[in-house]
Formats: sequence, structure tokens, C-alpha cells
Amino acid sequence: MISRSDKDRGQFLALITFIGLIVFVLSFLPLLRLLQETVFSGGTFSLDSIRNGLSDQTVWRATRNTIVVGLGGTVASVILGVVVALIVTLTDVRMRQWLVLCFVTPLMIAPQVTALAWLQVFGPSSPILHFIGMAPPLGTPNPLYSPEGIVLLLAIQYSPLVFLIVRAGLRQLPRELVEAAQSSGAGPFRIIATIILPLATPAIVAAAALTFVSCVGNFGIPAFLGIPANYLVLPTLIFQRLAGGGPAVLSEVAVLSMLIAVIAMIGIFLQDYFSSRRDYRISGTSAALAPYALGRWRIPVEAAMWLLMMVILVLPLTGLILTSLVRGYGVTLTADSVTLDNYRFVIMEHIAARRAFANSFMLSLAAAIFAMFVAIPIGYVIAWHKGRWTKVLNIVVEMPYALPGVVLSIAAILMFLKPIPILGIQLYNTVWIILFAYLARFLVLGVRPVVNGYLQIDRALEEAAQIGGARLLTRMRTIIFPMIAPAAMAGGLLIFMTALSELTVSALLWSSGAETLGVIIFSFEQGGDTKYAAAISALLVAFTFALMLFANLFAKKLPSGVLPWRD
Amino acid sequence: MAGLTIDNVTKSFHAFQALKGVSIDVREGEFLAVLGPSGCGKTTLLRIIAGFEKVSAGEVRLGDKVVSSPDLNVAPENRRIGIVFQNYALWPHMSVAENIGYSLKIAKVAKPERERRVAEALKLVDMQGYGDRAPANLSGGQRQRVALARCLVATPELVLFDEPLANLDVHLRASMEDEFADFHKRTGTTIVYITHDQSEAMALADRIAVMDHGRLVQLDTPHKLYHEPATPMVASFISQGIVLPVTVSGAGADGTCAADLFGQPLTLRCRPGDGPRDGALACCRSEAVQVVEPGAPGFDGKIERVIYQGGLARIEFAPDAAPERIVHFVQPDPVTLKPGQSARLAFVGGWLIPEQDPA
Repeated sequence: MISRSDKDRGQFLALITFIGLIVFVLSFLPLLRLLQETVFSGGTFSLDSIRNGLSDQTVWRATRNTIVVGLGGTVASVILGVVVALIVTLTDVRMRQWLVLCFVTPLMIAPQVTALAWLQVFGPSSPILHFIGMAPPLGTPNPLYSPEGIVLLLAIQYSPLVFLIVRAGLRQLPRELVEAAQSSGAGPFRIIATIILPLATPAIVAAAALTFVSCVGNFGIPAFLGIPANYLVLPTLIFQRLAGGGPAVLSEVAVLSMLIAVIAMIGIFLQDYFSSRRDYRISGTSAALAPYALGRWRIPVEAAMWLLMMVILVLPLTGLILTSLVRGYGVTLTADSVTLDNYRFVIMEHIAARRAFANSFMLSLAAAIFAMFVAIPIGYVIAWHKGRWTKVLNIVVEMPYALPGVVLSIAAILMFLKPIPILGIQLYNTVWIILFAYLARFLVLGVRPVVNGYLQIDRALEEAAQIGGARLLTRMRTIIFPMIAPAAMAGGLLIFMTALSELTVSALLWSSGAETLGVIIFSFEQGGDTKYAAAISALLVAFTFALMLFANLFAKKLPSGVLPWRD
Repeated sequence: MAGLTIDNVTKSFHAFQALKGVSIDVREGEFLAVLGPSGCGKTTLLRIIAGFEKVSAGEVRLGDKVVSSPDLNVAPENRRIGIVFQNYALWPHMSVAENIGYSLKIAKVAKPERERRVAEALKLVDMQGYGDRAPANLSGGQRQRVALARCLVATPELVLFDEPLANLDVHLRASMEDEFADFHKRTGTTIVYITHDQSEAMALADRIAVMDHGRLVQLDTPHKLYHEPATPMVASFISQGIVLPVTVSGAGADGTCAADLFGQPLTLRCRPGDGPRDGALACCRSEAVQVVEPGAPGFDGKIERVIYQGGLARIEFAPDAAPERIVHFVQPDPVTLKPGQSARLAFVGGWLIPEQDPA
């Protein structure tokens, strides 16, 4: 009897060791290596590399720019996201699910694709402006090549993030709180100002912190919009230095990446500070808020919402698709000049592009499958074995995603620049270093839906199996896996979609033969071949939409809230 | 089948003591209910018996095997204990038959034998023909029966019930109570039944263990609990006994003693040897209350509330000598008592509560 119960404990220990090892190698080791490079670069403790890095004027300018666009993007995202969340959640606008779908979709599209698409709307080569005869003369700079342009696109990219978090918060408000205010005689705007917004503060603060971290770490938008205007932020500065100097400047860019990490951390700590000071824990399981009847304002509000959706979604995608059909720079698009040559070229002829399709597909699939299978035991421990060290586990799993992608990329280079000790395997300059970074960075995207799923499953279901004589690994296989599989699939799908068009990590880690789709789009655009970049981007967007539709097919089996675009 | 011995079990979560030296002996084939208000430690006790929690001190024995002690914890899957969970815990991705046959499959029972035993278990709970259904397509009562069949099929030594009726509506409760009683009679299984519902425990159990603040307060038959509560807590928890201070003047040899209740001389039943002491409390039942004429033996007070309940009224009465000790009783129609009115009551008997509530 005793030895058998030991066997179960043995299985649990094996599970914990497995999880611990994976999380240590993927999340902890890279950051440790980065820290070592910044303060122990010569083997002894020294602040020299930090001092050298910070004495550079360009670095200070990039830091200031990072903070400016980070704050600007956050403020704009929060305003847009909160307003849309209030309207969609609290009023009786119709076709709510379609509004949610349209507003959240930009989040599913890679930042560099968003940037490319918007560049096609304005500027002298804009097919749309040509179409309505308002294109500025050739040679005029695109107005989006500016800090304002970066902030605008960051807002479009990340306001869905704010929207989702604030909407989830609003839906948890018990309707009694609002009804009590109504019966006290408060009008709708007064209720929003005095009841709803204060109660939604924790959600708004959390959303703002997440958005700030995302804006500060974003590479695609400032790369497409800032580099042409020589407006550099820290991620693009790191990219330029590394592209120009190679591994020789690693120590220097390590310091820069730590600087981004510190800025991002400040955002997170501020959020912690504010949310601990204003704790409105809402209890009760009462019904959701009743939608507020807009009356004669309903049609105008709906019209405004759909106009907004046109602007953030339809307009840029139209620009993108039209550009992908144009024969060359500045050529006016007419029924006669439409061509599919660009598509044929990137799919059939361009060797690196074909390789990129294969690479990105393989990398995303591998990352998704890996995360699906690792997330199930990790989620099991995080959700069902609450303890002090499970919180630590959660934080360590979140870290590579919470920190800007540039930080992880630099850490990965530092780790794998030399062959792995003992094994002697060289990962640097191969596709495998990108895979490592993807596994580390996207693991949490797989863990979150799974934890969510576990929390919605009654733990007694596992205990009943234990009573029935099943040991841990048997329970995992026969009870837990079948129940949690849909959530793990959803997580895998999110990872696949995100990784497929990823740029931030691969921009620093790619090498010839190991290109990704993000890198190919970026290099086409930098080389002036916008039409090819647009063609690949359009294909990616189409593929993303197809995956979203596919996921909707089995949405009913998923725990609520794992597919962001589903209401 | 085996008896269960819980021997001086203590369980602490950090500084909080959930169980304090609990000892219960469950005889083979006995139906024991563990009864107590929420937070009394009954769920912790169940989880310890099942093996989900370890003991901090003491021992749990199943038959003569030690299954829990501070340095040994036989895993739940090796205890041969069945549990009927509060919300059934049927696996949604398996059919009824797969749910029931799961533990047999784990034990590598051959398929024909497995199918035979699943069919047998389905028959035992009167659910023949439901094997292919999904749990989601069953009613609450049917799910409960599948849960019963699932724990029976493994022929457990002991079956634990974790508040199995708490989620059912009132009329279903009564019929499930009958079903549990019937099930116990047919199978003769040793049962430990956790509940906070006194009438459920009374209706089903051979003996009831009353728990409060992590302690076992009294372990007795339903009849004894009602008539001879050990502490003021048990007296007031079981059927709302009325607990009143008395002055005991002398003890008889036959288990009775003379006492004075707010000036009314009264003969109380008591434990042999119990007698005059300070702070004595009596448990009186509302059926033993009489309204008497002024001047007759009794005590005065005021009617506080009259709650008409159809055919009878529940009367709440504050004695002048101790207005905070509400005496409640029932007056059948025609209800003549009015709130605010003065009245004189007398008790015809009572029980001298032998123990104090633990601090």
C-alpha cells in the first residue's frame, strides 16, 4: 500500500521536474544570461557596459522616443478601447458580435502588416488616393512616417487589447450597483462617470499597463514608419546596431535591451501600485448589466461604430490588397493594369520567399504543438495545485511574453552564439534559434486558455478518478486531457496565428536560409518592393481570417473567453 | 466491507485548526452521518478519510489497516473507498457506462466481466438501458444514481457521501433520501454521510456525529441526540431545543433531579450522578410547554411574536426573568395569543445538559 502511494507521488515529482526543467531552460536561463552579460560581461562585476551604453546621445534620443510613443500609444489605445467597450457593452447597439469581431481583428494581424497596409492608404503611391484623384505628387513623404503616425497605428493595433480587458471587467459589474444609482436619480453619463468607470478602474489600469509594455516593445510599426523618418526607438535602434555590427556589438545591445526591459517593468510596477491602492473586488454572481436603450441616438451611434470599423479594418486592408495588385510604384490602378503577378512572384519565383513560407509554417506549427502539450501539465499545476511556488511558476512562464520580444531575442543570441556546451550543437545562424525563442515567447499564450479551462472544470472530476484507482499519469491521459484538449487547441491556434507572421524576434535572429515571413515582408518593403510585401501580407491576412473561421467551428466546445474575437 | 476508526485526528492548516482531536468509530455496515454547521470541519474530515488531505496528528484505520497517520498517507486510489460527490462529478466526455466502468478499466478487469458488472450496477440503481447516454442528458436524480452506481461497481469498503442532496430541489430530496436508505439496506455498505441538514441525518443515519468548531461534540443515535443532548450547542442545533438556566437542588437515584426554572419547580431527567452545580442549563422541547393560569406553578413573560404557519402558530415568548432567552412553542388553531400580551408558561419536563460548550 505504502509503496503504491509513493508511486503516485513519484509521478507528481516527475511531472514537476519536467515542467521545472522546461520553464527553467525556456524562460529563466535566457534572462539570467542577459543579466550576466550586462553586469558581468568580462567575468567580473562591472557597470562599464552600462555606463558606455548610456553615454551615447543616440541611445538617449531613442529612449525618449520609446517613452513618447509608448505613452502616446497607451493613452490613445485606452481612450479608443474604453469608449468602444462602453458603447458595445452597455448600450443596445445591434450586431454586437460583428462589432466585437471587427474591432478585435487588428489584434490578430501582425503589426508590420498593419503598418504596411496603412502606408498604402496615404502617401503618393496610395491606390486609394489615386482612385479618387487626390494622391500627392511623387516624392512627397508619407504623412505616417512620423511619431504621430506611429502613435496612431499603435492605438489601432492595441486598442482591441484594452477593449477586451475592459469589456470583461464591465461584464462582471453586478447590475444592482447600476440600478441602485439609477433609482437614486442618476442619468446615464453620470452613472458612467461615478459608478461604472470607477468600478472598471482595475481593468483599465491593467489594460493600460499591458498596452504600454506592448507599445514599448513593438518593433514592426516603428520599423516601417520610424526608420524612413530616422525616428528611432530602442527596438529599432537595437536592430540597426546589430545589423550593422553583428555579434561584436552584443554587449552594447544587451544593455539597450535591458533598458527596454526596465521601461516595461516600470509600467508593470505602476499598475501593481495603483491596483493595490484601489481594490474594488466585486463579489456576487448576479445577472449582467441590462443594455442601456439609446432611443433616437441608436442609429447615429451605430453608424459611427461602423464608420470606425471601416476606418480601422476595411480601409487599410483595401489599401493593402490594391497595392498587391499594382504593376509598379506609382502606377495608377485601373481595370486594365490589375495583375496577379506579384502573388505569382512571391509564391513561385522568389526562392527566399518560398523558403520563408515553409520556415514560418514549420516554426509556428512546432511552437503551437509543443505549447499545447506542455501547457496541459503546467496549467494543471498552476490552476489546481495552488501554492507559493505556483505563483512563481506563473510569473516565470509569463516573463518572456511580458518582456519586449527584443529582450528575449538578444538573450537567445547570447545563449547560443557559441555552440551548446557538451553537446556541441550550433543553434546560432540556424532556424532552430528562432524555434527556441518562439517556444519561450509563446508558451504563455498556450498556458492561459488552459488555465482558464481548468478553472472552469470541477476538481472533483479528477478526485473521482483518483477514488476509482487511477494514478496521476492515468488521470492526465483519460480524464484531464480529453476535457482540457479543446482549450489547449485554442491556445495552439492563437500561437500558430501569432507566430506565423511574427517579426520582432525573427528580425534579430534570422539568417540566410532561416528567413520567416515577417522578415521577408520587412526586407521587401525596405528594398522598395512594396507590391511583393503587400502580396505576402494579403495572403497572411486571408489565412488568418480562414483560421479564425475554422476556430469558430468548434467554439462551442471551448471554455468561455479563450477566443478573443468571440463574444 | 470494513469498519472505520478515526482515532484522535487533528488537522491544522497553518495556524488554523480545522479538526481538534476527533475520534469516531464507525461499525461495519453502519450508516453514520456527520452533522454540523458550515465551517465545523466535516468536509475536512471527509477529505481526510478519502485520503485527499493528510492528518497532522492521530490515525485513520480502515478495518485494521492504518491508512492515515502523520507519516503515512495511503493514496486515495489505493483505499478502496467510494465517494458520491456533491455535484456528482460525472465525466462529461464519457458515457454513463464508461463513467461506471472507469475504475474497473483502471484495475484491468477484462471486458466481458466489466460489462457484466456495469450492467449489474446500473440495475442496482434502476438505470438499465441508460448505459449509452451522456451524463449531460440525464436529470439531476438520474445523475445522482449514476454516481452511486459508479462508486458501487468497485465494491468499496466504505462509501462517503459529500452533502449529496444539497444541490437538489425539495421534492427530489425526499425521494433520494428513500433511495439512499434503500441502497444501504440492500448493500449493507458502511456509509459516512456528510451533511448540514439535521432532518436528512435523522432520517437516514444509525448514528449521528455532531461537530462544531473542529471538535466532535456528540456521537449518538438520533433519538438520544434529541432527548439527551450533551452540550448546549447540540441542544439548540438539534430541532431548535430551548436552552434555559436552571438551579438544581437535588439529585434522585433514578436519573432525575429536582430543579427550579425561573421560579417553577421542575423535575429534569439527567445523567446518573449529575446533580447540583453552578451554571446548570436545561434543554426543554417546545412540545413540553404549557400555557397556565396566573397563580399556577410557572413563570411570567411577554409574547414577542406570533407567526401563523397554517393550522398552528409559532409563538415566541420572552420570560420576564431573562428576556434574552426566547422560549418558542406552537399553538394550534384557534390561535388566541397576541403579540405584546403577557402570559404565564410552565414546562412539564426537560433534560439537564451535562456538559459545557468547549471554549
